Amino acid sequence: MSAFVTLNNVSKTFDVSAPWLNRVIERKPPSYLQAVSDVSFDIRKGETLALVGESGCGKSTVARLIVGLYQPTKGMITVDGKDMRLVDQTGESSQALRRKVQMIFQDPYASLNPRWRVSDIVAEPIRTHKLLTDNAAIDKRVAELLGYVKLTAKDGEKFPHQFSGGQRQRISIARALASNPEFLICDEPTSALDVSVQAQVLNLMKDLQREMGLTYLFISHNLQVVHHISDRVGVMYLGRIVEIGDKKQVFGDPQHPYTRMLLDAIPDLKMTGKARTPVAGEVPNPLNPPTGCAFNPRCPKKFGPCDKDRPQLIAFKDREVACHAAV
Amino acid sequence: MSKAPVLEVKDIHIEFPTRRGVLKAVDGVSFSIAPGEVLGVVGESGAGKSLTGAAIIGLLEPPGRVASGEILLEGKRIDNLPYEEMRKIRGRQIGAIFQDPLTSLNPLYTVGRQLTETILTHLEMSREQALERAIKLLEEVGIPAARERIEHYPHQFSGGMRQRVVIALALAAEPKVIIADEPTTALDVSIQAQIITLLKRLCRDHGTAVMLVTHDMGVIAETADRVAVMYAGRVAEIGPVSEVIHNPQHPYTMGLMGSIPEFDTHRERLIQIDGAMPRLDSIPQGCAFNPRCTQVFDRCKTERPELLVAGNTRAACWLHAK
Repeated sequence: MSAFVTLNNVSKTFDVSAPWLNRVIERKPPSYLQAVSDVSFDIRKGETLALVGESGCGKSTVARLIVGLYQPTKGMITVDGKDMRLVDQTGESSQALRRKVQMIFQDPYASLNPRWRVSDIVAEPIRTHKLLTDNAAIDKRVAELLGYVKLTAKDGEKFPHQFSGGQRQRISIARALASNPEFLICDEPTSALDVSVQAQVLNLMKDLQREMGLTYLFISHNLQVVHHISDRVGVMYLGRIVEIGDKKQVFGDPQHPYTRMLLDAIPDLKMTGKARTPVAGEVPNPLNPPTGCAFNPRCPKKFGPCDKDRPQLIAFKDREVACHAAV
Repeated sequence: MSKAPVLEVKDIHIEFPTRRGVLKAVDGVSFSIAPGEVLGVVGESGAGKSLTGAAIIGLLEPPGRVASGEILLEGKRIDNLPYEEMRKIRGRQIGAIFQDPLTSLNPLYTVGRQLTETILTHLEMSREQALERAIKLLEEVGIPAARERIEHYPHQFSGGMRQRVVIALALAAEPKVIIADEPTTALDVSIQAQIITLLKRLCRDHGTAVMLVTHDMGVIAETADRVAVMYAGRVAEIGPVSEVIHNPQHPYTMGLMGSIPEFDTHRERLIQIDGAMPRLDSIPQGCAFNPRCTQVFDRCKTERPELLVAGNTRAACWLHAK
């Protein structure tokens, strides 16, 4: 299968300089934060790619770049062969592109308008994209969408505050599905939910993918959830992908020391009472990243070239890995 | 258990009077913690686990109130103490660690000032001694260059380091009990492991009893000695950690364990508990879990089960009635 979503050397830099007057008076240079650096990957149609990493590693920025909420500083993103820069323009083809790509956000308390009824929330994409114009047909479609996420048509008359966190997240999914998208970007969709509710949402997302042939980009910091839902996994550290490949390869036989470290840090229900291996150190300040491999100050396998040359992503053992020690 | 419990909670009820009647948020919870023991309390949001913790340290937000029941610290009741008395116990005898380290530290004071203030409030010491103790505490919780960092403000620390400061604060007066309410939830997995290891080591070294409130079974599995599973304001199951995890007796615990994705099991679907926890104003008659339970029978809908001996744990479920 060919790639449905392609990222080609995508970088995003944010200007985090002090205000102009402060810079002049205090003689501070402008400062830039490189949130995402040279990220490239493909997502095939119908597959789930997951991005994992600690907070601040740039995974949410990648999500926002793909959906077009940010524009990349460098590089190109295409979805179904169309340049994602189109979303900022008007015209029929950009409208069609926006319809195809939808997003589910982390916090279901913040991502639904509290003053709108659920039926209006779910109908909004239908109205915006003029998929249906007749009100009766819209109502019918909304009822169908609520049915997909195991809610009833009557729930459409209620307001978001009348629902629990899990139900709200299902409303978000119904809204995302309203425009018949082909590609869903899910930014930590279950992080705000309890485990039992998380299981409901994950099962639902898997069912919907199978029935509708959806493609997912799944962002999460929870490795067990990622292992459950994804086909392929990309591990990010300080704005770069350090290891990417099939989930069985990456989780079963991690090659990058950071991936191994993350896996070791997972609490294991089977080993009751046994301490997990704590990860040494913390993520460095992205304003002042270490030279060479960004992971070198925390890496147990650090040697000669690690703090001088930045390792490139190289195909190795059925996956790609950026590490001097592994390759 | 041979040692006398340091903290005992006996049949505690927490209520919220509202215009539409009294809501029972915690409905008859009992447990005890021995010195040096870690009791995990798990449950979904709204199960009443944080409220129970807040009641123990006497920080229930009005109009919430302890309607009945007793809380005993080393055999003495503390739930009916006047505010000033309770203030002396809080921090001195019972320490607290909360979820968000940024909101539990004062952003306007240096870390050192907050620590010495806590130490001086509770212990007889000179300012210099207090400062030395503060530095020692920071070293103990693993903050590098403690002598310099004591002059820093909370915003100059990272999330994990901030949580270490909060732990140092909780330990400042050598309390007998620590209530840790979701201490690792706001942290990344890698930092989480560091904090858990630290908390465990400190409790062992100081013989502190810990009530660890969390929704993360993984954290419970490696930290706690015993675990109480809460559902809709009641304890559904309580017992040794390994028993509850590997051999759960209450249908709710079974569902909860099955809904956690794991690495070595390749299930296509996770076990899910249908429905959601009932709202406080519509807790069903009988067992609160009965509308979601897969093994429900007639008795569950009418009579409320007490904790019954079930295998090596105790579970509030009629399946275990003799």
